[in-house]
Amino acid sequence: MAGLPIDIAVLWAFIIAFAVFMYIVMDGFDLGLGMLFPMFPKKEDRDVMMNSIAPVWDGNETWLVLGGGGLMAAFPLAFAVVMPAIYTPIIAMLIGLIFRGVAFEFRWRTQSERNRWDVAFAGGSLLAALAQGVALGAILQGIHVEGRHYAGGWWDWLTPFSILTGCAVVAGYGLLGATWLVMKTTGELREHAYRLSWWLLVATLIAIVAVSLATPFLQADYWRRWFEWPNILFTAPIPIAVAAITLLLLKSLANKQDYRPFVLSLVLFAITYAGLGVSMFPYIVPQSITIWQAAAPANSLSFMLVGVAILVPIILAYTAWAYWVFRGKVDPSSGYH
Amino acid sequence: MFEGFDAITLARMQFAFTVSFHIVFPAFSIGLASYLAVLEALWLWTGREVFINLFNYWLKIFAVAFGMGVVSGIVMSYQFGTNWSVFSDKTGPIIGPLMAYEVLTAFFLEAGFLGVMLFGLTRVGHKLHFFATLMVAVGTLASAFWILAANSWMQTPAGFAMNSQGQFVAADWWKVIFNPSFPYRLVHMVLAAYLTTAFVVGAVGAYHLLKDSRLEGARVMFSMAMWMAAIVAPIQIFAGDLHGLNTLEHQPAKVMAMEGHYKSHPNGAPLILFGLPDQAAGEVRYSIEIPKASSLILKHSLDAPLKGLDTVPRENWPNVPIVFWSFRIMVGIGFLMLGIGLLSLWARWRGKLHDWKFLHRYALVMGPAGFVAVLAGWVTTEVGRQPFTVYGLLRTADSVSPLAAPAVASSLIAFIIVYFIVFGMGVIYILRLMHEPPHHGEQGPSKDVPHRAAGITPAQAIPVSGQG
Repeated sequence: MAGLPIDIAVLWAFIIAFAVFMYIVMDGFDLGLGMLFPMFPKKEDRDVMMNSIAPVWDGNETWLVLGGGGLMAAFPLAFAVVMPAIYTPIIAMLIGLIFRGVAFEFRWRTQSERNRWDVAFAGGSLLAALAQGVALGAILQGIHVEGRHYAGGWWDWLTPFSILTGCAVVAGYGLLGATWLVMKTTGELREHAYRLSWWLLVATLIAIVAVSLATPFLQADYWRRWFEWPNILFTAPIPIAVAAITLLLLKSLANKQDYRPFVLSLVLFAITYAGLGVSMFPYIVPQSITIWQAAAPANSLSFMLVGVAILVPIILAYTAWAYWVFRGKVDPSSGYH
Repeated sequence: MFEGFDAITLARMQFAFTVSFHIVFPAFSIGLASYLAVLEALWLWTGREVFINLFNYWLKIFAVAFGMGVVSGIVMSYQFGTNWSVFSDKTGPIIGPLMAYEVLTAFFLEAGFLGVMLFGLTRVGHKLHFFATLMVAVGTLASAFWILAANSWMQTPAGFAMNSQGQFVAADWWKVIFNPSFPYRLVHMVLAAYLTTAFVVGAVGAYHLLKDSRLEGARVMFSMAMWMAAIVAPIQIFAGDLHGLNTLEHQPAKVMAMEGHYKSHPNGAPLILFGLPDQAAGEVRYSIEIPKASSLILKHSLDAPLKGLDTVPRENWPNVPIVFWSFRIMVGIGFLMLGIGLLSLWARWRGKLHDWKFLHRYALVMGPAGFVAVLAGWVTTEVGRQPFTVYGLLRTADSVSPLAAPAVASSLIAFIIVYFIVFGMGVIYILRLMHEPPHHGEQGPSKDVPHRAAGITPAQAIPVSGQG
């Protein structure tokens, strides 16, 4: 794997991967928190939960638009092939995000229908998370391409593997949501979030193991990538790191620390995400289209690179500022409603 | 439902449906974000409580509308890939970067500062909070800039070349962005957004003035809205006329459809006021015309010849009845807006702006007019571009994804159901907020907003009149 050509197409693959990763971890805890709503039946708890993400969720979700829009701009062929292939999960995700997104405002505007918008918030979050995981699985298992078009049927995305990845993402987002709550809340709410974190960590680990075991059997190339000598020297640290982070996570949960469980969960996501990258690179549509085949013309990539180089650091700076403004535990009586 | 439609018709229906729902929210939030910035600036500058009350009042309405705009906008960005994948592959190298810049300069700015704007007044201080409000307003305008650059490029493509894979490639980004119709379209749309918001604000003000003409918040917002109508409506008519002349130059078939000119007029074309365009027969039935007026408007000469659709190959005709009628709806509303603006000036001069019931009823009825005009204007320009997605270069029929009709039909049905439930409820919540008058000590970004008056009054506060 040495001597990879680092050109502008590869650079853009990393930029898109970065945007998608930002989306996964940032909207991941938003969606996870939404999915945990049914575990917190008290209205006051739900108010605090929602207020803990209300000021930042919209910015978190914007990374999804950058990931999708950036894919269209930098790798139009990949966008054109992948989107019809995962048509149904994408539509399901969008519908989930609609219900989740409007619930932030709607649930405060009505007394009688508040419970319904709580259901919409939780259901929308679950649907979006599941659909994202299923889409991931559908992409990993390979897409039938002919020429410049998707050539499969419109149910190809539905397989046992894609259902497995769907469940894995739900469990992982749930873990992020629960540890976020540990960090941002106090009292009985926080205690309950601790208890949920244990179960969600177990579920996430089972999911990581299951997906990791299943992936190499999908394609011969994945198997070679992970287990053949000398590749295993480069890939072995990934499962070892997962194990180490898990131990630290267990310890921080046992010690009832505030920040560490969330931060370590983020690290866990980063490692497994890197593992996906190992499986896929240099394909952008696994086993069909490489980064270079799908890349937009150089002048499109360089035109956008100027904007990314200048604007992404600024975006990260004011995003960090917004998080800083709303730092610390959520005051149960705060909010503008 | 939808049996007998092919995938392309269904994909077009889905795009038309979702974009029509979406467009009304940005149109409203572009204007409202600027209005909020003006209100907060006036509050910081004058210290008058009425301005922060109005700010907090409209902030809640903004938050609901903005949320709906965000979620319906995400649907749009992914629809390019799901239903229009061939279009995405071919135009991605040009349209993609424009939309990526929209995300980088606009969406992140709006989303990043929205939280501070909604919840942060007590956490960051007045000046930083005003900065956040300003950034949200700038973000909405930047978004309009990029999305109209992309749309205008599809209407009047410039600065591009084709590569060996059949993709559009930028040869000159400056020409791509500042393509021939872009300046006209941007000005026309931003003014439309400002007018749309002004008429909503004016209608809410009028609604409360009809109940109690002493209500200070209602008096202030009605007066501000009427200034906008009086000043911006005539500017908009002028800008629209310039935009029309630009369209005549670059998209003549669209203007032929708008005017109902199936036939060429070598000796001066009449202005068809009303009539029933018959696409099959290629003529306008029962038309009421002003002789030579169309030549006068479009060419500034009574006898100037004007070509008709008979000079355009039949397979390149847009759907004339739709374009013809949507254009008349837009123009008609424009003149109704001009009318109320002029009436308000007269009322103001007579000192009756806050007491003239007729004017208030007129303004109330005109509340949704901006939305109708914006939708009609978009129908005119988008249907008038057909049968192309990139005008003259890429046909709509050659842009669609290789998808089975049932997939598109089921997603269309799903969107129709979800949109009517979600956005229907959202509109009800917005109307409920509007039904309440702006209160003294309006609850806003935080319960600790410092008020100049004696602290926070209960929610059912008596409307304060004549203060400030």
